[in-house]
Amino acid sequence: MQDSTTATPQISISALWMDKRWRGVIMQIVTMAVLVAVVTYLLTNLFANAEAQGLVLSFNFLSEPSHYDINQALIDYNSTMTHGRAALVGILNTALVAVCGIILTTMVGFLGGVLSLSSNWLVRKIVYVYVEFCRNVPVLVQILLWYAVILKLPRDPVIMAESIFLSNRGFFLPKPIFEPAFWGVVIALLIAIVAAWLLKRHADAKQAATGKRYPAGLYGLALIVFLPLLAYGALGAPMTLEIPEATRFSVRGGLLLRPEFVALTVALAFYTAAFITEIVRSGISSVSRGQTEAAYALGVKPSWTMRLIILPQALRVIIPPLTSQYLNLTKNSSLAIAIGYMDIMATLGGITLNQTGQAVVCIMLAMLIYLSFSLFISMLMNIYNRHVKLVER
Amino acid sequence: MMSEQKAETYAPGTHPSLPPPPLTTGWLGWIRGNLFSTPFQIILTCLVIWVVWNVLQGFLDWALFKAVFIAESRDQCWDIMRARSPDPANPELGACWAIIVERWQQFLYGFYPREALWRPNLAFVLWIAALVPVLWDHCPQRGKLIWFSLAFPFIGYVLIFGAGILPEVRTDQLGGLLLTLIIGVTGITVSLPVGIVLALGRRSDMPLVRIVCVCFIEFIRGVPLITLLFVASTMLNYFLPPGTTFDLLLRVVIMVSLFASAYMAEVIRGGLQAIPKGQFEAADALGLSYWKSMRLIVLPQALKISIPGIVNTFIGLFKDTTLVIIIGVLDLLGIGKANTSDPKWGGLQSEVYTFVAILFFIFCFAMSRYSLYLERKLDTGHKR
Repeated sequence: MQDSTTATPQISISALWMDKRWRGVIMQIVTMAVLVAVVTYLLTNLFANAEAQGLVLSFNFLSEPSHYDINQALIDYNSTMTHGRAALVGILNTALVAVCGIILTTMVGFLGGVLSLSSNWLVRKIVYVYVEFCRNVPVLVQILLWYAVILKLPRDPVIMAESIFLSNRGFFLPKPIFEPAFWGVVIALLIAIVAAWLLKRHADAKQAATGKRYPAGLYGLALIVFLPLLAYGALGAPMTLEIPEATRFSVRGGLLLRPEFVALTVALAFYTAAFITEIVRSGISSVSRGQTEAAYALGVKPSWTMRLIILPQALRVIIPPLTSQYLNLTKNSSLAIAIGYMDIMATLGGITLNQTGQAVVCIMLAMLIYLSFSLFISMLMNIYNRHVKLVER
Repeated sequence: MMSEQKAETYAPGTHPSLPPPPLTTGWLGWIRGNLFSTPFQIILTCLVIWVVWNVLQGFLDWALFKAVFIAESRDQCWDIMRARSPDPANPELGACWAIIVERWQQFLYGFYPREALWRPNLAFVLWIAALVPVLWDHCPQRGKLIWFSLAFPFIGYVLIFGAGILPEVRTDQLGGLLLTLIIGVTGITVSLPVGIVLALGRRSDMPLVRIVCVCFIEFIRGVPLITLLFVASTMLNYFLPPGTTFDLLLRVVIMVSLFASAYMAEVIRGGLQAIPKGQFEAADALGLSYWKSMRLIVLPQALKISIPGIVNTFIGLFKDTTLVIIIGVLDLLGIGKANTSDPKWGGLQSEVYTFVAILFFIFCFAMSRYSLYLERKLDTGHKR
């Protein structure tokens, strides 16, 4: 018998569900149970399948010899080395495409972004056509098109400037050969960069104190250009160029850029540059016109306005989507497998996977490598974002 | 004398307006202002015109004027071109479109049984009819036609695959543009609701749900689609009970949909973040439950804001369907690539890939134009 003044609450599932405080807890318990059940199901199947096929899931294959060659490697590699080393060659190849692609795409993208705001109608329309073409055609089709175009180059190389040979077997460029004394030039360059930065800080402090400014940027640029040159001359020119020469059947010497590498880098660069053009255009347009008008009213020159007022504000809007485009370029470089460029997916996820049969481990490793790279860049970007974010309530 | 020069005298402010100088208005004025405004612009315009003229001339020469449209094989193509050109030893080679003309059915339908082509054709027409009430606001009888749009997935499935009512067609007989459209449309249709759920889950108050959603989204967005397709084709068999087989097309469609859902979730999360906190608070003050406030107040506004991003994700998904050729599924690009190694028609990469590029361009450009139309239609506020 219950006293009406001390009614105890009814404990039942429907009452808990109605109570908002407990509903969340029940939902999470259910979610946890479902998650644990699914993971257990998948893992038991995995081990059952592995046992049935006699496959031992382990990382041992990474230290076994690989027995396959890789046609383009940045480090020493031959077929007696381990699968692990082959994976490292793949990672370095991916990094090479990513770095060259990012540099090229930034240049083309920013140029396109500035040109798309030009006062010349024809130039604007050309940029529009380029952007629409590159954004509406899949990147794989663009890579294959560039590869087909490069392979149609003649077998006998086209010679440019007597030292650059273009043929369908690749691009031969003069190869710089560095002697050990070249490190002096590199050190001089680093010293020059640090000195230029210190010079700029000093100029800023002087301007804040007295209002007068000397051209620290120009002095810094002169330092960066001339100090390494001075070191180069003083050390006796420790660099020679090995110029490729055409023999009867092929080209000998020089630095070889394979058609796969060139096609992949150029296609990815132009594809991503179309998106960067739009990002830069929207970034510069996002700065309100009032800023320009106020600058002109204060008597600031147009070039100074662009450099000191428009660009810093535009960069705040440009940089986050720009870094995500860099990430997209790195992930799209995995399409190298379609034209035979040996990146991480082609070595670890391709030949190694086929040879050892360790599909689960290989693909997990490849995913882990891409994932760590993406998360690292995202973390850097979040730090930058928090640093320049507009403070609101 | 001064008074003989003027025909009439005017009081101050009453002189009739003279026409503007000839070079400042009309099309002449436009050309001068937009193309030839400064000496630098004059040089730039002339340079651009020269470059564009040369490129256009070269491309049209290759694609149209020197091209061969009907032939039996690649070698016959080249023979015709050699016969046409003034110097047979150095023939000017145009494009050999004959491969497309002869094999167009393979490009469009893959290996679908040729006598049953009416089924994908009918499904395509019905798909357009199902899209019209969804995309066009002033569609007559829109309420009734929407029911047809909702029923279309089942009608389309029966038409294309058979499923007991019509003769069965296996999934490996599908290919070409038909397969691209199936993967793309299914991915798009599934990714929007799943993306909404993931975005809401990421903002949830329940820590476990939030952690699961964040991990899923960041994982899928951090890896390339190719690795996920490899998972679908090689790894998934290990995670299912020994002996089960899962249709490859179904695995691919699921993986592509999951991939698009993660990107969609981020786009919708951006839209949700743009809703002022006051909207959520007002919904709470009115006593609306979580799902009611989402459905009636928050999601309509969030989806409207994120429409450009949503359509961009759709376009990206449609283009990403080409990646399935890496795991051996023959979609439009796959059929094209397979034809470039054909003995009779081998080596015609430029022609085939240009054709594939033009087809994709048509679809994706139409989608982006529609997105611009949507943006303009929905831009009822947020004016700066």
